[in-house]
Amino acid sequence: MRNPTAPLPSPAIATAGTAPPQAAAHPSARYYLTHEHHPANSTLLGFWLYLMSDCLVFACLFAAYAVLGRSYAAGPSGADLFDLPLVAVNTSLLLLSSITYGFAMLEMQKNKLRPVLIWLGITGLLGAGFIGLELYEFMHLIHEGAGPQRSAFLTSFFALVGTHGLHVTFGIVWLVTLMFQLKRHGLGLENRRRLMCLSMFWHFLDVVWIGVFTFVYLMGVLP
Amino acid sequence: MFDQLDLTKLIFGRLTWEAIPLHEPILLATFAAVVLGGIALVGALSYFKLWGYLWREWFTSIDHKKIGIMYCILGLVMLLRGFADALMMRLQQAMAFGDQLGYLPPHHYDQIFTAHGVIMIFFVAMPLVTGLMNYVVPLQIGARDVAFPFLNNFSFWMTTSGAALVMMSLFVGEFARTGWLAYPPLSGIINSPDVGVDYYIWSLQLAGVGTLLSGINLLATIVKMRVPGMSMMRMPVFTWTALCTNVLIVAAFPVLTAVLGMLSLDRYVGSNFFTTEFGGNAMMYVNLIWIWGHPEVYILILPLFGVFSEVVATYSRKRLFGYSSMVYATLAITILSYLVWLHHFFTMGSGASVNSFFGITTMIISIPTGAKIFNWLFTMYRGRITFDVPMMWTIGFMVTFVIGGMTGVLLAVPPADFVLHNSLFLIAHFHNVIIGGVLFGLFAGITYWFPKAFGYKLDPFWGKCSFWFWLIGFYLAFMPLYVLGFMGVTRRVSHFEDPSLQIWFQIAAFGAVLIALGIASMIIQFVVSYIRRESLRDTTGDPWDGRTLEWSTSSPPPDYNFAFTPVVHDSDAWWDMKKNGYVRPQSGFLPIHMPKNTAAGVVIAAICTVCGFALIWHMWALAVLSFVVTIATVIIHSFNYKRDYHIPADQVLRTENERTRLLAIHA
Repeated sequence: MRNPTAPLPSPAIATAGTAPPQAAAHPSARYYLTHEHHPANSTLLGFWLYLMSDCLVFACLFAAYAVLGRSYAAGPSGADLFDLPLVAVNTSLLLLSSITYGFAMLEMQKNKLRPVLIWLGITGLLGAGFIGLELYEFMHLIHEGAGPQRSAFLTSFFALVGTHGLHVTFGIVWLVTLMFQLKRHGLGLENRRRLMCLSMFWHFLDVVWIGVFTFVYLMGVLP
Repeated sequence: MFDQLDLTKLIFGRLTWEAIPLHEPILLATFAAVVLGGIALVGALSYFKLWGYLWREWFTSIDHKKIGIMYCILGLVMLLRGFADALMMRLQQAMAFGDQLGYLPPHHYDQIFTAHGVIMIFFVAMPLVTGLMNYVVPLQIGARDVAFPFLNNFSFWMTTSGAALVMMSLFVGEFARTGWLAYPPLSGIINSPDVGVDYYIWSLQLAGVGTLLSGINLLATIVKMRVPGMSMMRMPVFTWTALCTNVLIVAAFPVLTAVLGMLSLDRYVGSNFFTTEFGGNAMMYVNLIWIWGHPEVYILILPLFGVFSEVVATYSRKRLFGYSSMVYATLAITILSYLVWLHHFFTMGSGASVNSFFGITTMIISIPTGAKIFNWLFTMYRGRITFDVPMMWTIGFMVTFVIGGMTGVLLAVPPADFVLHNSLFLIAHFHNVIIGGVLFGLFAGITYWFPKAFGYKLDPFWGKCSFWFWLIGFYLAFMPLYVLGFMGVTRRVSHFEDPSLQIWFQIAAFGAVLIALGIASMIIQFVVSYIRRESLRDTTGDPWDGRTLEWSTSSPPPDYNFAFTPVVHDSDAWWDMKKNGYVRPQSGFLPIHMPKNTAAGVVIAAICTVCGFALIWHMWALAVLSFVVTIATVIIHSFNYKRDYHIPADQVLRTENERTRLLAIHA
């Protein structure tokens, strides 16, 4: 403890082409690796952390909806506005797209590029269908005078559902980009990782939507 | 929003010549100074042909060490701006009594206190903390770089974007006049129709992206990239505190993003989150922003607790006392920091039970913090202490922070808070902990790791001058505010009637002048150290006889940090190596796999700045265009699959031989 003298290495200067050190024999060899250290790839952990941070953004929007969801300001309520059959169709589109993404991942495991692309294409179309129906619903509401400015309830509704919709839109942009990259570079390690990340993103949006569907739509039409 | 769609409006939004403050002499003089300084800087860089060097070696660098240094430079530059604001406020309050109105109109004064708070927290403390973590953490865990080197560069430039927007607000338009947290309804569109709040929102949103990504990055780095043998309980304490800080960043900043998003929807779309009509709830904003804001203060202080732990152990020549209690105390603070946010607004009136809950959790935080103070004291006990500059900052911190902590516990008592809320007592309290804790810690850390980063020590004489000016200046500037707070003087006031208060404000202003001398000493210290760098040179890589891995490599470290990945057998890994007669390997090097530099980070962040500016001024065409270009650039960047290269073995050999030679000369 009290001996702060740092032993300095011997001054002998090695030249290029020296034989590798006798690692096992050397007393200091327990203090370093003689081979290249490859820490595990952190992309999936990093992306997972990002998703959790995104989850918190949604948590705030859910919290805002919980606080403001019944502040109708003498305007229409969820029971007046929500068209449950339409939302049911919407929900099934998104849930189905998660399944088709799963099929794409299965094909990726089998190393088959073409079926991966086909399933990704179907996933993208289902996602686009979801966005289309959501836009229709929004237009309809705004047309009826139930836009986000009408009441705090509608503000929090549009913000929550709209943020989810924006995420799905970006997911589609990413999906199309990734399809081009798959075509160009095939199912290499990097592209597999990207497919995994988008997969987590897509399923995450599905989970959030289940929350939206239950918490906003189903509970919103309750008296 | 879209009612007047003529072409000028579409392109220029609400930006007109009126926005340039030609009628305000103070701003005009500042602007002239900035322009002259800017021209001088650009001229010097061009004259010495440094642009290419800066671009290749720094701006596009993905080396965590260079990015760490750039963060610190950003923080120090913004410190000058933030401190200029502070001096202006102190001067105004020292003179504006009775008939004398002072030299700042309220309109300007309100912008200054808002900008001061925003800049000091987001663009001084945050970049400096992130910079230290960026530089030191990979070295302490024996890694070659962070987990996502490109993202690291991008994060830095997004933080810089935010800072750039704040600086722009000085000369184009105005900054918010709302206080640093921009509570609605004051920050709503009705009460603040100007661009000030929009500058506030978009600068924080851009910087927030950077902070969040860098948090994710460092978390993944610490979790995944530690060297073999470094279990969690063998991590250096600074790395532990960095881990907890980044947990807090990832878990808190999304809330800021969300709540500022809601505020911008209210302002831009006319929605009703926080309005008083149509069922909005302004107190929801206050709750949400403090759910981010309280963890934020621990994001700032925790890494500095880590710095003090490293400094105390090194300069006491002893293993840190109570390593595991230090770790658990840090974890306890991390969790508790989420359970106290409501103490910022006891006066909301949430009732006795809610207030007592948050009062008690707040007081509980002082227990793990107190444990830390005792650990540092016991580390010093019977240590062989050398009073180098970092140690002086640390002792200054321990005294000052305990005082600040105790006034914090006073404020945690809800009935007392009802009296002291919004008073200068509060201002004195949080400056006491932020200056005495965060800033002193940053200065300790900068002085401690400076030789590692640049290869020479900082001049101790000017360091000691800086320390004493800061310490005495701090007490003179803020102890009077405690007194004034007890007299019931509230914050954010630019003019007073009662002449008996004036003497206290004059003492405080004098203290601020001393702090200015402290900052000047620090700048002189950098210059003097650079000039005397040969006599201050550190050839060993271990100038302080350190204990952790960063001291085992050269100063400055090579690009690849460690030629061979270290293996760790003790929490004080380097100390353990030195004690057991470690001899540096000098041959058998392998090619080292490294990430390649890229301009994508600078480019994307620059476009985001344009987008932010366009959104602030309602230039819808430019906003849409720059947004689309941002997305397109990201997509194009994602098509780049060649992001790494190998440093050849003989180049590693050359670098290591040079180090061997230096060590031999100075042995």
